[in-house]
Amino acid sequence: MQSKNLLELAGAISSGAVRVVDLTFTLSPDFPVIVLPPEFGQAAPVRIQEISRYDGRGPAWYWNNVTFGEHTGTHFDAPIHWFTGKDLPNNAVDTMPAKDMIAPACVIDCSAEAAHDPDFVLTVPIVEAWESKHGRIPARQWVLLRTDWSKKGWRDYSNLRDDGAHTPGPNPAVIKWLVEERGIIGFGTETIGTDAGQAGHFEPPYPAHHFLHGAGRYGLQCLCNLDQLPATGAVIVASPLKIQNGSGSPLRVIALVGSN
Amino acid sequence: MIDPIKPPRRKNPLLRTRLPASPPRPRSRTSHGFTRAAAEGRFMLQRCEACGAFAYPAREACPSCLSSALAFADAPRGGTLLAETTARVPSDVYFRERAPWRIGLVKMDCGPTIVAHLHADCAEDAPVRMSFQLDKSGQAVAFARPEGETPNMADDRQWREMTADPKFRRVLVTNGRSVIGQEAVVALKAAGAKTVFVGVAEPWRPFAGEDLLRRQEGVEVVALDAADEKSAADLAADIGGKVDILVNTTEYVRAGGLLDRKGTSIARDEIDQAYLGFINLAQAFGPAMRMRGADGVNNSVAWVNILSVYALANWPAFGAYSASQAACLSLSHCLRAELRPGGIKLMNLFTGPVDTEWFQTVPPPKVAPRAIAQAIVSGLKGGLEEMYVGDVAEEIRQRLAANPKALERELDK
Repeated sequence: MQSKNLLELAGAISSGAVRVVDLTFTLSPDFPVIVLPPEFGQAAPVRIQEISRYDGRGPAWYWNNVTFGEHTGTHFDAPIHWFTGKDLPNNAVDTMPAKDMIAPACVIDCSAEAAHDPDFVLTVPIVEAWESKHGRIPARQWVLLRTDWSKKGWRDYSNLRDDGAHTPGPNPAVIKWLVEERGIIGFGTETIGTDAGQAGHFEPPYPAHHFLHGAGRYGLQCLCNLDQLPATGAVIVASPLKIQNGSGSPLRVIALVGSN
Repeated sequence: MIDPIKPPRRKNPLLRTRLPASPPRPRSRTSHGFTRAAAEGRFMLQRCEACGAFAYPAREACPSCLSSALAFADAPRGGTLLAETTARVPSDVYFRERAPWRIGLVKMDCGPTIVAHLHADCAEDAPVRMSFQLDKSGQAVAFARPEGETPNMADDRQWREMTADPKFRRVLVTNGRSVIGQEAVVALKAAGAKTVFVGVAEPWRPFAGEDLLRRQEGVEVVALDAADEKSAADLAADIGGKVDILVNTTEYVRAGGLLDRKGTSIARDEIDQAYLGFINLAQAFGPAMRMRGADGVNNSVAWVNILSVYALANWPAFGAYSASQAACLSLSHCLRAELRPGGIKLMNLFTGPVDTEWFQTVPPPKVAPRAIAQAIVSGLKGGLEEMYVGDVAEEIRQRLAANPKALERELDK
């Protein structure tokens, strides 16, 4: 591509002809994090501690110290996050190819199904039906599962019951199929994980993590505003922090949406 | 007989809030034997080891036989009020603001005569029961109450200056997710607290006992994650001026010491929750509490910490947890000193293993959460500073005093 085309893109972004949609939740201490049984190590919650705020600690400037786990807020999962991807080359956020940080997305709208079934799972037939309408999912594209889960209050969002979380996600067959038959670059959700809340009981457990990362693909979770994206054609920019040997990171995810 | 105190009216916003004043503070080093007794709710006098005579006030030699072996010992509390008087225009600011103030001379059954603050129901020539109380400057003073119970006894104006009774006061229990926190809410309401605010962190996470907590009359569930600086500050912005008693029920217990744990993430959580949480609470609520130490019937009066007795001596099976508690204990002494100008009491309540999930595999005796809640209330009503709840805590204290090295070896098992 010639640089004038790139400049044309920049101009279109600036003029609003290309819409920029922010798919990111605000990184805040009260945002729910993944809940593991308490005997396991836990993700550190987001903490924001003031260094100074135009006061005696620093009269002219405001800044904070921030701490959080790699998997808090809207965040990115690298292949090294899961045991299946642990031996792959360039499997961490600091070594992954930078070009993988920009890719188009197919958005599968399952908000109606998820509205009345928190345990809704995406299946191959549902994706095939989507393909019959929007065309075959191209290789190296993101598949984003729209459930409108991001519009819920925090309690319903995490939806924890005494038998675990109940939130939608993919079943094992569809994620294996998307990875192997469609060659997707990654899978993204609005929920706390790329997997369904009950995915620990699937075979294999946590199939999205298992198959995506085992094949060197990526995960995005806690996305919002997916309802503002077209079914195809949006371009996702998802560049995680360059944490040394990092398994993931909170990040700003934006989508570029053309006017058609 | 005392009229019951009335529920305080809403404040007149045109009037300035009266700032706290402190009664006289200087004491001799020996006199702090009374401070220790008052802190723990004991009644102790110096007793001559040579002739057995009790002595008061504190001195260096026995007034009967001049022996210098005058150790503090528990003493019988009974006495008779010989004479009483009322100070109507004292020169000291603290007492002037609280005049008229009754004091009297009490002849103790065990010998000495003591000048004491008087409960309103004490009458001349009648028997009294003596105690040492911590006053608003944190120092021990002698206080005489009638021998038996009298109606509305705890509502006595002078007695209430010495204590931190929850009656009509507004309490913040910082963690309502724990059983201890929930029991504390119930006990404080039963003790007459007007409102109990109870903090719940991560409200999106369901927890046992939640429905009951939300259903109780006079209990307000508030968002509070003490370990989060902003959360503590935000809550203080809302209710900081209405917290008369703060009960810090932060609880983060994990087994393990150093070598059998990998890395620092659990230790970091322990410090985050217990130590930094304490700092966040203190910085958010402490200044307003200190400023409101003389703010009428429902003035700000007390801060309560629940600490592991292993803050005093490390228990390697819960070694890193013990260390986090030791840090909180040290910090509590700092906070006590900083709250002192407001006359705010800081009570540390030490417990052994509690009968909760994280001490599941520890054999009894374990402390019931309800016993801790009841101790909080009785400690506040008595105006105490140190409490040891349960057999384990009391035993650790005694063994530590007897031989710290022996205790260290014995805890290593």
